Amino acid sequence: MSLRNTVRAFPSLLRVGFSEALAYRAELLVWVLSTTMPFIMMALWTAVARDEPIGPYNAEGFVGYFLATFVVRQLTGAWAAWQINYEVRQGTLAMRLLRPISPLWAYAAENLGAVPMRVMVAVPVAIFSVLVVGEQAVPREWWGWPLLLVTLLGGWLITFLANVCIGTMALFMESSNHVMDVWLVLFFILSGYMFPVSLGPPWLSALVDWLPFRYQIGLPVEVMTGRHELPETLLLLARQWIWVLVLGTLAVTLWRRGLRRFAAYGG
Amino acid sequence: MLRRYSRLLGVQLRASSLLAMQYRGDFLLEGVISLFWTFTAMVPLLVVYGERQAIAGWSFGEALLVVGWFTLLQGVLEGAITPSLNGVVEHIRKGTLDFVLLKPADAQFLVSTTRFEPWRSTNVLTGVAIFVYSFHLLGRGPSIPGLLASVVLLGTSTLLLYSMWILTVSAAFFVVKVDNLTYFFQSIFDAARWPSSVFKGPLAFVFTFLIPLALMTTFPAEAMLGRLPLRALVAAVVGSIVFAFISRRVWLRSIGHYTSAGG
Repeated sequence: MSLRNTVRAFPSLLRVGFSEALAYRAELLVWVLSTTMPFIMMALWTAVARDEPIGPYNAEGFVGYFLATFVVRQLTGAWAAWQINYEVRQGTLAMRLLRPISPLWAYAAENLGAVPMRVMVAVPVAIFSVLVVGEQAVPREWWGWPLLLVTLLGGWLITFLANVCIGTMALFMESSNHVMDVWLVLFFILSGYMFPVSLGPPWLSALVDWLPFRYQIGLPVEVMTGRHELPETLLLLARQWIWVLVLGTLAVTLWRRGLRRFAAYGG
Repeated sequence: MLRRYSRLLGVQLRASSLLAMQYRGDFLLEGVISLFWTFTAMVPLLVVYGERQAIAGWSFGEALLVVGWFTLLQGVLEGAITPSLNGVVEHIRKGTLDFVLLKPADAQFLVSTTRFEPWRSTNVLTGVAIFVYSFHLLGRGPSIPGLLASVVLLGTSTLLLYSMWILTVSAAFFVVKVDNLTYFFQSIFDAARWPSSVFKGPLAFVFTFLIPLALMTTFPAEAMLGRLPLRALVAAVVGSIVFAFISRRVWLRSIGHYTSAGG
């Protein structure tokens, strides 16, 4: 499992992931259709803000915000938790362990492989957003663009690593799907997916600053719609990557500990 | 005929309850999770009403009634509808639907009644508790004829939900790998959490006629408040029967596409 082997194999794994996404494109479409919550929230919040703006957001601002939310959700998606949970229970994880590369890299490649297909959905929505709300929909400063990419990567890493942590818990308990349910509930409410986190009561915003969720969706969306000045963005970015490190360490530790308990019956 | 099917329903219900009794630990955990979900899902509502007194003509107490109906129907959906129909998707994927089709009873009836999760009734109780609280906030009781109308609407909403699920499951005959259909369905149903008058333009059309979410939660809430016109009540009853009829036709057509294992 040397690093060199991993680096050499990763591009092929990505290609496999992409082919898989292409083969199951109908399934991918269903996934995309089940992430339409931002459109519902957009309808709701624009109705609320019709007469006067709420905080920094007017009706147009909400349109831009929630279209960006849809785009970010597409690009930062991961589903490794269900995958790992399923494979541990079915025993098929054994097959992956036989390969000379850590399964964690394989999961990462499979999840990333779907990104090109998701870009094809996300880009038209982003273009539509620019057409509807104008320059509010994209970063207005030059530094916004590279930072958007970095925050998107960070957002994906948090989502993926949290997925790995929760999926790996299946090695310690019967099924970790319940844990995932709880995580998802918190994610929906606290990530900025249903409302911009700055609109919540002060105690909620303070809490959200210290939790990983807003760095999955809220931060990339805010960078995309140019809501922050540079210093503030950098501060939030630092917090995002602290969470990436924390979850990364946790994921690797849980995985190593958990594997010792793995037993594939007849697998 | 009717007696035979009601006896069959009794047998299936008993089997499900026995199964459910085995997993009491799960019941507790799932009950806690769904309570947790119900209350955290109210955060957006609180945030919205933190900004405004009323939205699209709905005060906080009135909007809470819609949430109550949503929670109640979620209990019905997850307790009586989803568990069975999730099994269908699995049957189609594995090709084991043969065993169902071979039985001398209607296939739709059999697949819809294989599994009930009586524990999910916690959501129904939570829904009722929310009703009580919202009328407490409104400072008055529900109107009696309205209450009767809302019971009728509970029937039509359940029928609508069931028909929508049948339509979703029918898709599984055409696109096989669809284990994510449940998430798809839930994410659409989630829009029923809000009073339907919030939605304007194309969304309003979609949620009234194509995916009749407005009929499911907003109508019963309006009925309880005593402001649902009789015309709307009749329309809801007729509409849901038409919807059920369409879903039955689609199911019969789709099952014709079933190719069994190795197909």
